[in-house]
Amino acid sequence: MKQKMLTKEMYIQAIVDSFAKLNPKTLIKNPVIFITAIGALITTVILLSHSFNWFECQIALWLWFTVLFANFSEAIAEGKGKAQAESLKKSRTQSVARLLKNGKESKINATELRKGDLVVCESGDVIPADGEIVEGLASVDESAITGESAPVVRESGGDRSAVTGGTRVLSDRIVIKISVDPGEGFLDRMISLVEGASRQKTPNEIALSLLLSALTLVFLAAVVTLKFFADFAGETVTIPVLVSLLICLIPTTIGGLLSAIGISGMDRLIQKNVIALSGRAVEAAGDIDILLLDKTGTITHGNRMASEFIPAPNIGEKEMYRLAYMASMSDDTPEGKSIIEFAKNKYSELQDTNLGESEFVPFTAQTRMSGINQGKVQVRKGALDAIEKHVASLGGHMPAETIRAAENIARSGGTPLVVCENERVFGVIYLKDVVKNGIRERFLELRKMGIKTIMITGDNPLTAASIAAEAGVDDFMAQATPEMKLKRIREEQEKGHLVAMTGDGTNDAPALAQADVGVAMNTGTQAAREAGNMIDLDSNPTKLIEIVETGKQILMTRGSLTTFSIANDVAKYFAIIPALFAGLYASGAQSGPLSALNVMNLQSPESAILSAVIFNALVIVALIPLALRGVAYKAVGAKALLQRNIFIYGLGGLITPFIGIKLIDVLINLI
Amino acid sequence: MNGYDFLQIFMALFVLVLLTPILGAFFHKSLSGKSTLLSKVAAPFEKLVYVVSGVDEKEEMDWKQYLKAILAFNLVGFLFVFFVLLFQGSLPLNPAKLPDLSWHLAFNTAVSFMTNTNWQSYAGEATMSHFSQMVALAGQNFFSAATGLSAMLVLVRAFKNNQSKKLGNFWVDINRSIIYILLPLSILWSVLLASQGVIQNLSAPVTVKTLEGKEQVIAQGPVASQIAIKQLGTNGGGFFNTNSSHPYENPTPLSNFLELLALLLIPAALTLTFGYMMNKPKEGWILFSAMMIVLVLGLTVSLWSEHQQGVYSAMEGKEVRFGVTNSILWSTFTTAASNGSVNAMHSSLTPLAGGMAMLNMLFGEVIFGGVGCGLYGMLLYVLLTVFIAGLMVGRTPEYLGKKIEAFDIKMAVIGILAPSFVILFGVAFSLITPSVMSSLMHKGPHGFSEIFYAFTSAAANNGSAFAGLSANTPILNTLLGVAMLIGRFAVMIPVMALAGNIAGKKIMPESVGTFRTDNFLFVFLLVGVIVIVGALTFFPALSLGPIIEQIALIQGKVL
Repeated sequence: MKQKMLTKEMYIQAIVDSFAKLNPKTLIKNPVIFITAIGALITTVILLSHSFNWFECQIALWLWFTVLFANFSEAIAEGKGKAQAESLKKSRTQSVARLLKNGKESKINATELRKGDLVVCESGDVIPADGEIVEGLASVDESAITGESAPVVRESGGDRSAVTGGTRVLSDRIVIKISVDPGEGFLDRMISLVEGASRQKTPNEIALSLLLSALTLVFLAAVVTLKFFADFAGETVTIPVLVSLLICLIPTTIGGLLSAIGISGMDRLIQKNVIALSGRAVEAAGDIDILLLDKTGTITHGNRMASEFIPAPNIGEKEMYRLAYMASMSDDTPEGKSIIEFAKNKYSELQDTNLGESEFVPFTAQTRMSGINQGKVQVRKGALDAIEKHVASLGGHMPAETIRAAENIARSGGTPLVVCENERVFGVIYLKDVVKNGIRERFLELRKMGIKTIMITGDNPLTAASIAAEAGVDDFMAQATPEMKLKRIREEQEKGHLVAMTGDGTNDAPALAQADVGVAMNTGTQAAREAGNMIDLDSNPTKLIEIVETGKQILMTRGSLTTFSIANDVAKYFAIIPALFAGLYASGAQSGPLSALNVMNLQSPESAILSAVIFNALVIVALIPLALRGVAYKAVGAKALLQRNIFIYGLGGLITPFIGIKLIDVLINLI
Repeated sequence: MNGYDFLQIFMALFVLVLLTPILGAFFHKSLSGKSTLLSKVAAPFEKLVYVVSGVDEKEEMDWKQYLKAILAFNLVGFLFVFFVLLFQGSLPLNPAKLPDLSWHLAFNTAVSFMTNTNWQSYAGEATMSHFSQMVALAGQNFFSAATGLSAMLVLVRAFKNNQSKKLGNFWVDINRSIIYILLPLSILWSVLLASQGVIQNLSAPVTVKTLEGKEQVIAQGPVASQIAIKQLGTNGGGFFNTNSSHPYENPTPLSNFLELLALLLIPAALTLTFGYMMNKPKEGWILFSAMMIVLVLGLTVSLWSEHQQGVYSAMEGKEVRFGVTNSILWSTFTTAASNGSVNAMHSSLTPLAGGMAMLNMLFGEVIFGGVGCGLYGMLLYVLLTVFIAGLMVGRTPEYLGKKIEAFDIKMAVIGILAPSFVILFGVAFSLITPSVMSSLMHKGPHGFSEIFYAFTSAAANNGSAFAGLSANTPILNTLLGVAMLIGRFAVMIPVMALAGNIAGKKIMPESVGTFRTDNFLFVFLLVGVIVIVGALTFFPALSLGPIIEQIALIQGKVL
């Protein structure tokens, strides 16, 4: 899903929506803007209740503008999402599903499919609903969701078995087990997320709203009581002027932009092809301080390829190749396939190997071995210590040369796989793995952000250490099982850390669910995609770094604009208070003592109040681009960030309105 | 200002800074039950109280239990004082034969002393018997200060606890506060003050013939002991109507210095106690610095305003013995510290200096503030600062490793803003109520300041008076009594709830991404938030009182 530019239609739609959002039911969700609208309403009623007053008319107009500008900011943020949702909806056309029941095919409407149904898809078919391939292999066009036009291969077994409703099969035939009921599919969820229909306030947003509401209340109290204080002093202040003071004091800037910040934050993630299933997760991403990264695919290119077979003493080279071939025949992992390829290249006759009656022993994280059983013959390949344990249990032993060879491989960053037949060790397969370019710099950046990286790998400690050193991660977990991953996440969380991880396999699901931020790869299994709270459509594990940045940006934008908004009040006081009370204790032509506070030297009380109100409204518009884009984030550490933002938004917030109000005052008096 | 003025200011601040870490460490040890120099003498008394009262000192309370204990203890204290005052005519130690108090004055006074306010709608020597002074009022002087200190300990423990809801035992805390801190310091100060000539007796008033040949009645009583705790416990309720400008309360320059120092001594030291308890003394110094900066800023503005008037012209309402600088030092310290004792009439300060006194209180009494409550009030501001600034570094804000979330912000905001509502609406209500308005001495801005000051002083639990307001009327006694109650408990209860919530949270480990609170940037931010949030609410009100008056004064206008 690539970025949608703001078009003219979107602006028009947003303007229309800003008026639609004047509905009190919508307004009340934002207390600050709701109070502004009530103020505008009161001023309008007063305006209409007596003879026409141009000053009050302008106040009323600008107060309504303030509300509309705030609505507009939200509408324009939503508009981007809506446009994206429209294009997604197009791929959710009604399709016909080929239901497979008791071996017979029947055509039914896709909406009638239920969880657990089996359907058949052949080239040209649109996959009717989310599911898991149980049979076959196909190339699938997922551009409707990912925007990526190159087809991807989906196949049964392994971690690339999930298919998404709405995508199209380009070749071959697959049988899919449907995993969701209608309306709950990935595409449906994505549409509602992108539209912002299911958007809920995030914890920080709630806390900030509370603070803003409280400030609004206390300023309301200050302004309401000011009427009494002024009466006592003998100065009549009109309601429209008091309303103006109130609206200028309450944090309308951040209040008006608050929801736009949240919506556009989610939107920025979507542009990065990440679907966050909850806003909470996006916010949590900003707090992440530990990143668990799978070595394969993230830190290294992941295609560990067989590059050398080292036979054990007294084993012929061909013998070793044959066994390695056999051990990998039912292994459809890239490593297994690379071993087959490597062996075939040398001895093409291996292609004709017939296994006869044999039983496939799959890889499990506990045994960390795989292979086949042919009668009494057990062929295995696996990690050094796993095989050592295995042969020892059968009465054999690991030759010292093999151990040395395996250790050498590990030390040089490769992965040794030991092959054995029953208790006899045949040799070591050298799997090579290459660290990605630029990954080291990425980790350095993360460290500056205060985030620790932990590399997770199934490799042995030696291999892991060598790759960890090369990639520059802070820590690593070697020979990690899913249980260990889960345990490590729990331990870190116990210590108060917030943990993020990426994963794609079914066995990653528990850890993905446990992590504070779990990013599932779109290529992953259905289980992983359900367990995570974000899905990366590009299936690029380094995306986590961008997710963290976006999370931080949202919080920073909120904090910066709040600071700006509150700092603005100082100048507004210096505009309005002298204007309110300039006549108090005035003697003859000389104005009263409080006009000494008119440090901006504004022309008249009316133009001073009007300038403050206009500035207050315009500043919302001026900051919409910033709210949509987010405050720039740089990985420079908390202190430097704070200094920068305090300088720009704190000090800037203090000074800008003095200049702005003065300029508007000059302009008003020119007209 | 001359060299002596600067020397006096320097001495007061220097000794305060010097004693802060020493006392801070001593308080930390005493309150944590560790042994100190004093333990040998005081520990048996501490244990004795547990034996007699049947308190199990090992038993800890959660925040609700703790709060219930505080409220029960305060209610009993209130009722005791209320009834003693209501029937003081029939009680012993009343050589001057003073009559019973009216119900509204008894109510106002009981609330006032229970809430550590010590607002006095009465003249001490002409209203209170020795019994009322020594048993009822002095008792609450100790208990209200100790209550504030205990509530503070709960909040500090909440930050220290890693997911544990147990926040200490109220009875132990209050006992230790009194036995190790308030009593010893009071005894020391009583002796020092008595050595300067502050009287200490139980005599009836003495009638003397003056040089002019007229008769004058001079009140007598246990003054030194009352004054010591009055100053140390941020109470401020004087024995005499003119408080510490009375020669029996404050006879010499040294007694003035001692009393001045005592105003801020305990609240200042508690910042470091907090630091030591958290095992991060630097965090304590940070709070101390922020408070000190605001204090010195206020002091500077006030001194500038006073000395504008020349050395002698601003002397009306000030004690000649102390002069302008000592009066301003006192007015700044006493309003910053939530004490409320005075050595000059605040109504007679220059408008701006009077306004600074109000502003010190309007900040919510967090510039050192009351014993205990100053620090917990400051911590509410800290949370607000951490929240706004913390967002700016792109993380969920945290303080001392604890995440600050919606509930915490809600409680902090209630605690900071509740007194504001009381002040604003209390004044607005008074201005349209003729029975209140008849108590004002002045019209115009100064009259406004009189009533505004009264509600500010009550809601902030300060207790100082602006003078000029005849407060001993049923309506004002009741209104101000309610203002004091809200000012005390609408802060304390949210603080306790906040503590309960914070205590249950995990302590997050630090990283370079963490927003640090132990540097000067944070002090700057904290001061900014206090000044902006505290002052913004009241700028319109202040502009109609002290500000307009000051500008008129500069312009040479009479309002």
